[in-house]
Amino acid sequence: MARKNTLVFIIVLLLFAFAVCALIYPMFGRQEMRLGLDLQGGIHMVYQADLSEVEPGTESEAIDGAIAVIKQRIDILGVTEPVIQKQGADRILVELPGVSEAEKAKRLIGQTALLEFREQVEGEGGEMEWVPATATIDGKEKVLTSSYFKENTYVSRDNMGRLLLIFEWNEEGSKLSEQITGRLIGKPLGIFLSGEPLLGEDGQPIAPIVQEKITSRGQIEGLSLGEATELSELLNAGRIPVPLTPIYEQTVSPILGADFIDMSLKAGLIGIILVMLFMIIYYRLPGVLASLALIFYGALVLAIFKLIPVTLTLAGIGGFVLSIGMAVDANVLIFERMKEEFRTGRTLGAAIEAGFNRAWTAIRDSNVTTFIVCGILYWLGSSIVASAPVMGFALTLFIGVAVSMFTAIVVTRTLLRLFVGTPLAKKTQLFSVYSGKK
Amino acid sequence: MMFDITGKRFLFFLISAVVILIGIISLVVFGLKPGIEFSSGSMLTVSFEQEVAQSELKQELVNLGYPNVIIQRTGEGDFFIRTRELTGEDKTALESALTARFGSATEREFYSVSPMVAEETAHNAAIAVAVAAVGILLYITWAFRRMPKPFHYGICAIIALVHDVLVVLGIFSILGAILGFEINLMFITGVLAVIGYSINNTVVVFDRIRENLRKGISTDFEVVVNSSLVETLSRSLNTSITTIFVVLALLLFVGASIQNFAIVLLIGIVVGTYSSLCIAPTLLIVWQRKEWGRLVQWLPLPKAKGA
Repeated sequence: MARKNTLVFIIVLLLFAFAVCALIYPMFGRQEMRLGLDLQGGIHMVYQADLSEVEPGTESEAIDGAIAVIKQRIDILGVTEPVIQKQGADRILVELPGVSEAEKAKRLIGQTALLEFREQVEGEGGEMEWVPATATIDGKEKVLTSSYFKENTYVSRDNMGRLLLIFEWNEEGSKLSEQITGRLIGKPLGIFLSGEPLLGEDGQPIAPIVQEKITSRGQIEGLSLGEATELSELLNAGRIPVPLTPIYEQTVSPILGADFIDMSLKAGLIGIILVMLFMIIYYRLPGVLASLALIFYGALVLAIFKLIPVTLTLAGIGGFVLSIGMAVDANVLIFERMKEEFRTGRTLGAAIEAGFNRAWTAIRDSNVTTFIVCGILYWLGSSIVASAPVMGFALTLFIGVAVSMFTAIVVTRTLLRLFVGTPLAKKTQLFSVYSGKK
Repeated sequence: MMFDITGKRFLFFLISAVVILIGIISLVVFGLKPGIEFSSGSMLTVSFEQEVAQSELKQELVNLGYPNVIIQRTGEGDFFIRTRELTGEDKTALESALTARFGSATEREFYSVSPMVAEETAHNAAIAVAVAAVGILLYITWAFRRMPKPFHYGICAIIALVHDVLVVLGIFSILGAILGFEINLMFITGVLAVIGYSINNTVVVFDRIRENLRKGISTDFEVVVNSSLVETLSRSLNTSITTIFVVLALLLFVGASIQNFAIVLLIGIVVGTYSSLCIAPTLLIVWQRKEWGRLVQWLPLPKAKGA
């Protein structure tokens, strides 16, 4: 019995050492705790795709195409670990952790990034109007747009130092361009971005006069360096094949996120200290042992969070902190039982064993409700757009309560058994059980 | 006998009835304020470099075309600005107008929920609450299967649960009317966590009643219940105290962002502990002794006069 206990004690110590190592050093490729957007700052957006224009049967490909394009555009920002994925049948989730340039990121994603070439015609009132420049190929009338660009657009300067955005037509584009520029020589060709005239650095619409027939390469002059670079990157990333509307957005500045980490660390620490103080004052020696078990508990749970990894959100930390309070519940149940058994005249060793054995059903039954609630909350979280807080809470509370059953039972019992054989065990006041002798 | 808890049962019922009644009145009069997760809209947290008066900010936003704007000041001196759903252009316009009027401002947080998402969220939250109710009922049936009268125990546990939920909703409705507290997803999460917590306490108490009945410590059911309560009292209180400690730490140090959640937990833990000690077990006695008449005795019913 004693030998078996020593063995369990060694295993517990090893597990503790492992947990602490996992927290301090990178392990299994995990460098640090994975933090949710609310803690490290960043953007969480959900877009609704309008699939009404998409050919039936190809909806899924259209969404995948949109995701691929968004991924390339996000690369422009250089975000580490972005998450861009399909949510449901027609939604796209975009998570950009740690991004401080929220507006730029949203502009990049939201852009249709389609340049449309237009020509001027005389309207009914005699004013000149811009209408899409079209040409006919194989009997079909097609609009000349940047969708016929090859994905090798780049920014350059001519020998006079003027900034140029250089593009190349693909096969179809070059046929269209040949027809259109052929008939527009000497006339302006308007360039429109998302239905608005493309403005140059000087604030004027860019509408060059066509000098000659353009078949393969073209260039756009007059853009600012920043704009030209962004546009070329967007054009190369391709066009998002379906219209996207943002339906959910959460943006947290990284500074605020850092504040939250600070505050929740403080809350967790103070919570754990208060609980330990209370347990020690009320239960004396067993309280000290339960506190040791609690430290073990904290290290083990955090190590599990890091290794799985669980994405820690503010609500998730709330779940963890709450589980600290609930973690000692199993110990409280056991210690109360122990005291009762001791009062009925059992020896300390027998009281400890009886306390653990008899409290087990109550511990098990009472934790089942928490597990049920966690399961339902996890489902709720996974079924809604604002999923992170609810799922985070459910997951951390679940892990916390499950681990607490282990630490409260195995760890505390092992520590108590170690004490039974020592002279300390004779001092019953250390177990605060004398009050029961009246 | 150290404490006579069960003997004061009608006092407990009275206290609960008064609290719940006030809560229900508040629910009817003020209702609950749904947050943007359920009602859609946008929420912007900004901090200004200069000192800005809340009334001036409100006036400016009304002038900008947001008559229903809600503004709150946080502990750190930032402002929560809640409006209808803002599009990208709306937001840019709003921010430049505020900067023009009040000087440099930093956007700390922005949260925006479209009506479609809000409707979905409310719908799924309602399903989750319903599933939770069924799950807990099944659990109660299972947990109390070995009780002498499973049906009695189950019903009493459920009454205690409904009691907890009513008290939490009532208090939140009052807090909503006074302090503008809103019902958001974390509120629902908190309520479900509280339900789990409260049922958990009740199970521990009922478990002890069953054990003591089997031991046959007394032929008087009330004595059995009372000593079971006294025996589990320190456990119930100690667990609640440790949990309240950590929730208080959350409330005081993390503050605004999970304030609703922490307050629901705080109220819920106190009420849940109270109901599993003072309501659920004492209802068992009322049922066993068929004292239901005494519950309505004070009502000026003709039947009561005749009795």
